[in-house]
Amino acid sequence: MSSPATVKNAETLREVAGEGYKYGFVTDIESESAPPGLNEDIIAFISAKKHEPAWLLDWRISAFKHWQRMEEPHWAKLRVAPIDYQAATYYSAPKRQNAPKSLDEVDPELLRTYEKLGIPLNERAALAGVAVDAVFDSVSVATTFKAKLGELGIIFCSFGEAVREHGELVRRYLGSVVPQGDNFFAALNSAVFSDGSFVYVPPGVRCPMELSTYFRINAAKTGQFERTLIIADKGSYVSYLEGCTAPQRDENQLHAAVVELVALEGAEIKYSTVQNWYPGDAEGRGGIYNFVTKRGACRGAHSKISWTQVETGSAITWKYPSCILEGDNSVGEFYSVAITNNLQQADTGTKMIHLGRNTRSTIVSKGISAGRGQNTYRGLVRIQPKAENARNYTQCDSLLIGHKCGAHTVPYIEVRNPSARVEHEATTSKISEDQMFYCQQRGLSQEDALSLIVNGFCKEVLKELPMEFAVEAQKLLAVSLEGSVG
Amino acid sequence: MLEIRNLHARIADGREILNGVELVVGAGEVHAIMGPNGSGKSTLAGVLSGRPGYEVTEGSVLYQGQDLLALSPDARARAGVFLAFQYPVEIPGVNNMYFLRAALNSLRRARGANELDAGQFLKAVRAKLKLLEIGDDLLQRAVNAGFSGGEKKRNEIFQMAMLEPKLAILDETDSGLDIDALKLVAGGINKLRAPDRAMVLITHYQRLLDYVVPDRVHVLSGGRIVKSGDKTLAAELERHGYAAYEAA
Repeated sequence: MSSPATVKNAETLREVAGEGYKYGFVTDIESESAPPGLNEDIIAFISAKKHEPAWLLDWRISAFKHWQRMEEPHWAKLRVAPIDYQAATYYSAPKRQNAPKSLDEVDPELLRTYEKLGIPLNERAALAGVAVDAVFDSVSVATTFKAKLGELGIIFCSFGEAVREHGELVRRYLGSVVPQGDNFFAALNSAVFSDGSFVYVPPGVRCPMELSTYFRINAAKTGQFERTLIIADKGSYVSYLEGCTAPQRDENQLHAAVVELVALEGAEIKYSTVQNWYPGDAEGRGGIYNFVTKRGACRGAHSKISWTQVETGSAITWKYPSCILEGDNSVGEFYSVAITNNLQQADTGTKMIHLGRNTRSTIVSKGISAGRGQNTYRGLVRIQPKAENARNYTQCDSLLIGHKCGAHTVPYIEVRNPSARVEHEATTSKISEDQMFYCQQRGLSQEDALSLIVNGFCKEVLKELPMEFAVEAQKLLAVSLEGSVG
Repeated sequence: MLEIRNLHARIADGREILNGVELVVGAGEVHAIMGPNGSGKSTLAGVLSGRPGYEVTEGSVLYQGQDLLALSPDARARAGVFLAFQYPVEIPGVNNMYFLRAALNSLRRARGANELDAGQFLKAVRAKLKLLEIGDDLLQRAVNAGFSGGEKKRNEIFQMAMLEPKLAILDETDSGLDIDALKLVAGGINKLRAPDRAMVLITHYQRLLDYVVPDRVHVLSGGRIVKSGDKTLAAELERHGYAAYEAA
């Protein structure tokens, strides 16, 4: 495999990109992976691979400079093995680089994996009317229903394509919700993000189908740095589904995605996630490190952003999908189920930042701990001085299965306006032997009984998921808790 | 149907609660087991249904010719054993109808019958509600969550009606019921008497037996059945108390 070291700096690259890869660069661009390590050359390599304009390379380099000055956060209640950022590979592409025009052209191996994971891509696309932009190891390999969306003026494409085809939109909004230097992992992502999804819904348009993307990590030792940007223009609506699955891996894999949502006046974005990255084995070996920054800005009055997440995977989850409620009367919601089994750790929650008047937010968090899992809800509700009559309701429930797991609740509430009303309710309960026996006496197996009780516990969150996702999520909850009782 | 021989069982702290129970219940029969507090009534119900926390140290239980004690609690249920709980358990968040349908379909699968879809299930529910003269107010709530004592007991009998067991063990189903609720529950039990179904009623008091007339009455004391008789034994007990039958 050849090295990209021929690209010495950003200046050189600009010339290169503009002039069609002279200076022997062509052979380098054909290489399928960057060598391990992170420096400006690597970033230039990634940017060149993606035929990016100069402004984006500048943006990446600037993020990298931020990152170099930053330190890993250690405030979460997580035990994280040291990560050698110079040992990771920051770019790899699947062998077939030409995007297929239909599902027939998709690598059958990939389709088989989806099948195994219970995600029949073709069936789903056909039956449920879902447009799928599947990100397979950093590069989009399948995009469907694009034409239909196109008729409505909806843009749904890979991030790379958006940069090429809709550069002005990307440039305007990229980093406007999660700035480059927001946090260590967001800065890292901003420097090296490979691909992801882009959505733009024009004013007044209601997107007629759920937009869906499946992520999967494939190549060993490849960090996955997805970038998602969704813009809902005035009075529009979009529902976006994201699900991740990963095959078994022996080493820790870093996943540091950034998702930015922008809702303009009267717009609504519903963002749903089912996350089941490889959690590591029963002894905690392997598993994904999922350090994700997700944030939405309700820019306009009467806008709404709703996050729903079902987090069952990953060895470590560090994730706080948040809402910045700038517009008057804007609404933020966060519905979460997080399961930790075996040695999994999760530190997850949300931030609701109330800036505008009459802003409202709702937080419903359901944490389930089994095995030796540690599950922390960490949430911030901040009411700023101008947020007259802001309202927040937080409900935070923990369910324990067994004796060796832990549940923790860390709510931060900052109120700077006396008219605000903030409510917080929290419960911790344990699945009792009596409940299990009662179910079993009615004929349910131990597994079915557990699944029934857990799904009942999570019902308020699961009902927020789109129908086809809810079914998958219920199955996933049961699978994730296999072997946790008995 | 049910044949209990020399059954001994103890609880976690090692105390022997059952001390040689002998009991044979035939299909179509209703047997009442009466006895004072601490005589082992609930332990017997627990052992028969496979509740955790009991250890059988001696004896055997044959149910329809098979070794009941070798089966897991859910396998016993699927084989047709039903326990109406003295204290029905609350399961917050789980819809009563959904729970019952999951249970019924699990039993149907075990019998090789097809599973009922929502529509078919609802039809079956309506028929049973009518039979038992219960309203459908309980159906849309979470399993037993926030139910009154009477509602919980009615719900148990309703579940029994839906699941159609071969052997029903009713553990103090009459306790905590006012007279109207008692009549309602007893009426339900009577309607579920069938030639191929055996029932074991565990109770402190005779009053349930005024409405559900048993074929046999047994007195459990000190972990053993110390006297058996027909329905008149219950009335006799009421007059003389349990003291006369205390195990030596």
